[in-house]
Amino acid sequence: MHANSGAERRAVISLLVENEAGVLARVIGLFSGRGYNIDSLTVAAVDESRSLSRINIVTTGTEMIIGQIKSQLDRLVPIHKVADLSAAGPHLARELALIKVLGAGDKRNEALRLADAFRARVIDATTESFVFELTGNTDKIDAFLALMRPLGLAEVSRTGIAAIGRGTAVMA
Amino acid sequence: MTHLAPATAKPDRPQSGAEILLRALVDQGVDVIFGYPGGAVLPIYDALFQQSAIRHILVRHEQAAVHAAEGYARSTGRVGVVLVTSGPGATNAVTGLVDALMDSIPIVCLTGQVPTHLIGNDAFQEADTVGITRPATKHNYLVKHPDDLARIVHEAFYVARAGRPGPVVIDLPKDIVIAPAPYAAPAVTPHRSYRPNLHPAAAEIETAIALLKSARRPVIYFGGGIINAGAAAQLADFVRLTGFPCTGTLMGLGAFPADDPQWLGMLGMHGTLEANLAMHGCDVMLNIGARFDDRVTGRVADFSPGSRKIHIDIDPSNINKNIAVDLPIVADAKLALAALIAAWRADPRPGPAAARRAWWQQIAAWRARDCLAYRQSMEKGAVIKPQHAIRQLHAATLATGRDTFITTEVGQHQMWAAQHFGFTRPNRWLTSGGLGTMGYGLPAAAGVQVAHPEALVIDIAGEASILMNIQELSTLAQYRLPVKLFILNNRYMGMVRQWQELLHGSRYSHSYSEALPDFVRLAEAFQATGLIAESIDQLDDVIATMLATPGPVIADIRVDPTENCYPMIPSGAPHNEMLLGPDQPASSPFVSDEGMALV
Repeated sequence: MHANSGAERRAVISLLVENEAGVLARVIGLFSGRGYNIDSLTVAAVDESRSLSRINIVTTGTEMIIGQIKSQLDRLVPIHKVADLSAAGPHLARELALIKVLGAGDKRNEALRLADAFRARVIDATTESFVFELTGNTDKIDAFLALMRPLGLAEVSRTGIAAIGRGTAVMA
Repeated sequence: MTHLAPATAKPDRPQSGAEILLRALVDQGVDVIFGYPGGAVLPIYDALFQQSAIRHILVRHEQAAVHAAEGYARSTGRVGVVLVTSGPGATNAVTGLVDALMDSIPIVCLTGQVPTHLIGNDAFQEADTVGITRPATKHNYLVKHPDDLARIVHEAFYVARAGRPGPVVIDLPKDIVIAPAPYAAPAVTPHRSYRPNLHPAAAEIETAIALLKSARRPVIYFGGGIINAGAAAQLADFVRLTGFPCTGTLMGLGAFPADDPQWLGMLGMHGTLEANLAMHGCDVMLNIGARFDDRVTGRVADFSPGSRKIHIDIDPSNINKNIAVDLPIVADAKLALAALIAAWRADPRPGPAAARRAWWQQIAAWRARDCLAYRQSMEKGAVIKPQHAIRQLHAATLATGRDTFITTEVGQHQMWAAQHFGFTRPNRWLTSGGLGTMGYGLPAAAGVQVAHPEALVIDIAGEASILMNIQELSTLAQYRLPVKLFILNNRYMGMVRQWQELLHGSRYSHSYSEALPDFVRLAEAFQATGLIAESIDQLDDVIATMLATPGPVIADIRVDPTENCYPMIPSGAPHNEMLLGPDQPASSPFVSDEGMALV
């Protein structure tokens, strides 16, 4: 079987890493150096007492490539734990988007109605613009952006996802 | 291991970072450093000057310092240590670091750095060494506080050795090695995050033995992991216990004795017919400590199509990287082999003996093709065949009875050495396998000779490769290192020439070695002995003189410039489509369009 054969899948990979200089560069360098995809990436300190940060990566690849990504990550010295949340079972993933929509008249009213339906919050407004704050999984944000496109969508800032497994199991 | 230098053993004053660094090295068992001084490492060189526990070998180029440390490491099984300055010192070392990374050689490379307050200011001889060496090392460190210095040095040695070995860089800003620093002994607690799995699971061993016991056409394929694990004795035990044929990679040569009847020779692009056809036709393959490299597999889609594959590797990322396997076992090769030996002995099943006899008969038929044969005319004045030169060298070294180490450069001579020099012990064969670094052999040989002053150390070289680190003749002269350079001089970058002949219509674009030096006079300029053999009648005398000369020697062996290295699996071809020689062209088109794009 060839490394590039088989169907591709999306994987949500969470890493617990030593909170030290250069660790993010090691992870990103691994992806670019070996030609893997990064669809999104988030990083923040999560445990000050143990000096740990969590990195969440969304990637796409064949089963062999995703297996390679996990084992290549796992052998980086400052990485404590590698978890494939999408393979481990049900998990939650959320991202936040700030969305600027410009316009007036009916389109502006329609944008506001749709934002309400999506539970997006208005966090800034002028007579010709809104900034919406929207939280949800990637599909929900994609769907909202698609609706805003004909209504004056002008600028988007997205965080990438934070992800966690459901239930009592803990990544530590 | 803790023979502290008098200067650092009982400090009656705060010790500088440089002194703490050396004390940590001594605690790690370091007795030799290969290096080159410069502004950022002057405090470390000052501390070296004032102690006697660590010997410093001055190379003539930082790339050579790393290759010398690789030679030291591969021939001793210990960690090789390098010390270079900031900026160009560090960037020159990068090729050596990648070489060690690809071939899994444990190295700790200390690089100088500009003082912390100047980092990021484009200071004189500043380079982003941790940034540049991040993909060139197993791990790297920038020491930012004197308090961290000793701990980082100990950790670097652990990381270099543990699991799959590799190079580690410690970047040392000048102010850190000047300031007082506390000492910390090596940690006894496990590393926080890096703890490779060493022990095979019992269930995996049981499944492996069931597969191996049932095998009708088995083959054992091993690589450099056997040598890194110190598992050559266990490998030989297991191979003989099973009675299975075995083959090895370029990096594994010497881990199993080449004069053993169960040895099929090296496999891969320039491997033997019997090794490659056994790999192609086997029904059960046991890979121990090899990584299914593209030089071994050929076209992956057609690699050993009918076999069930067991892969034992200490690095989980080598599993299913190039070839999907049926039974992966992540473990140390020595522990895994010990478990396999015990489990094989405990299992009374005899296995299909008749089928295995037939398999050995098939292998004997392949062997009878004598795929490494060459035609050497023995008439006076006849041109020397490079294969014959290596066979005569091998026979002559055997006759001396001396412990012999062979290094090589990269190209045809390297493949001929791998094919024709019969290695019987591990750690005696040092070559740049993964990266293919021309210029490796001379500095590596210097490192081997430093570690083994009494041994016979020979660099089998080509006339093009040897010029890439020829400045190290000066290092040989300074330390009276009696390394022998055995140059197979065919006046071409031979492997480039071979590919141009076979793949590019014999258009020999820039592969002729114009304006070569007179190697005999070059030797004399560096206080070495220069010898030349221009025809077959001179070969044995030159070899005998070279081996009898106490100091360094350059032997310029003029060989057939048109000789090609066979057998050869063309790029992108499977194992069963080998070229055996110029008289036996491949039945199918020589190289596919896809193959042309491969290296």
